[in-house]
Amino acid sequence: MIIAIASGKGGTGKTTIALNLARVRGCDVRLLDCDVEEPNAHLFLKGILCGEPEIVTLPIPEIDESLCDGCGACSSFCAYKALAVLAKRVLVFPEMCHGCGGCMRVCPKGAIREIPKRIGVVETLHAGTITLIQGRLDVGVAMAPPLIRAVKAKIPSTGDAILDAPPGTSCPVIATLRETDYVVLVTEPTPFGLNDLKLAVAVVRELQIPFGVVVNRAGSGDERVQAYCREEGIHLLAEIPDDRRVAEAYSRGELAVEALPEFIKIFQHLWDTVKEDANGC
Amino acid sequence: MKIACATSGLDLDAPLDSRFGRALKFLIYDTETKAFTLVDNQQNLNAAQGAGIQSAQTVAASGVQVLIAGHCGPKAFRVLAAANIKVYTTTAGTVAEALALYQDGKLIESSAADVEGHWA
Repeated sequence: MIIAIASGKGGTGKTTIALNLARVRGCDVRLLDCDVEEPNAHLFLKGILCGEPEIVTLPIPEIDESLCDGCGACSSFCAYKALAVLAKRVLVFPEMCHGCGGCMRVCPKGAIREIPKRIGVVETLHAGTITLIQGRLDVGVAMAPPLIRAVKAKIPSTGDAILDAPPGTSCPVIATLRETDYVVLVTEPTPFGLNDLKLAVAVVRELQIPFGVVVNRAGSGDERVQAYCREEGIHLLAEIPDDRRVAEAYSRGELAVEALPEFIKIFQHLWDTVKEDANGC
Repeated sequence: MKIACATSGLDLDAPLDSRFGRALKFLIYDTETKAFTLVDNQQNLNAAQGAGIQSAQTVAASGVQVLIAGHCGPKAFRVLAAANIKVYTTTAGTVAEALALYQDGKLIESSAADVEGHWA
């Protein structure tokens, strides 16, 4: 089963939930850190790097000026404005290119070939029963989805995988959530948490993936998230109590289930609930 | 000679737009006939990305040799340079003021982008 942990708002506890869930699984589990712009799950696992980082590239166009007649077919095709044609010459903007290969196909002169441009790396770390796969986007690169897809290529064909999604509701989140079996939306009991939860709910409904909500730091705000879930018929999977000791453990790079045994039951129950919910859908 | 000015309005008294890529319109002024036409740039106002590149192509297609805007970003500048369009930036309030400053030789030609991409 492939479970994604997502949220509209940043800082609600996606990584915390993902890590603690992975840790309470008794058997081998893969944890995929899809927040490739700032992967941080590794900070809490202290795993051992397995092999060399795998370099991920994006195919970007290169123009053979001896063949190009400046017709502009490539530029009119490109939805991302990565190509501009002026005075019969093609200008390429590699940082805008999504690597779709369309320009190469529409060029009537065969003047475009693709060259690989490095965008980041995928690393594999071992930490006990958890195998962590993480993407790390190179500094200055804005194109996260292709790297996220490279991370997701490491999802095993059998067994369980937990995906730690980036925050928000834009392309990197969609790239992470696609083809998952279940989404856990993590939120906090604040007006901001509720607002961004609604955006995230709209996304997973559009993607037609079964989902439920976890309220993190429950008790620190109000009850509006719970009321919203009731009104919308959304399964409230768990409420993780607000506890300063969790934050203290976090600041030392420790997981709640390691530092505070009473949290083991909460996360085990969450895992079972998710599994039941996903299988029931 | 034709000059393009980024603007949000409809005539010479309209404000000069401080942005280039996401300007609402371009006023194309002909220094010989003293007449002007307007080119709509609405499609780039909400473009997900590449507004500067597309706007530069639009301006180039209108046959101008000079562009005046509040600012110009790096990708737009590269396209404009390839089209041999000279770029001038100014804090002038209106299109007419910007054109007057240019025609009096009071604007300095930009040799590079004056802002980072996505600055506003």
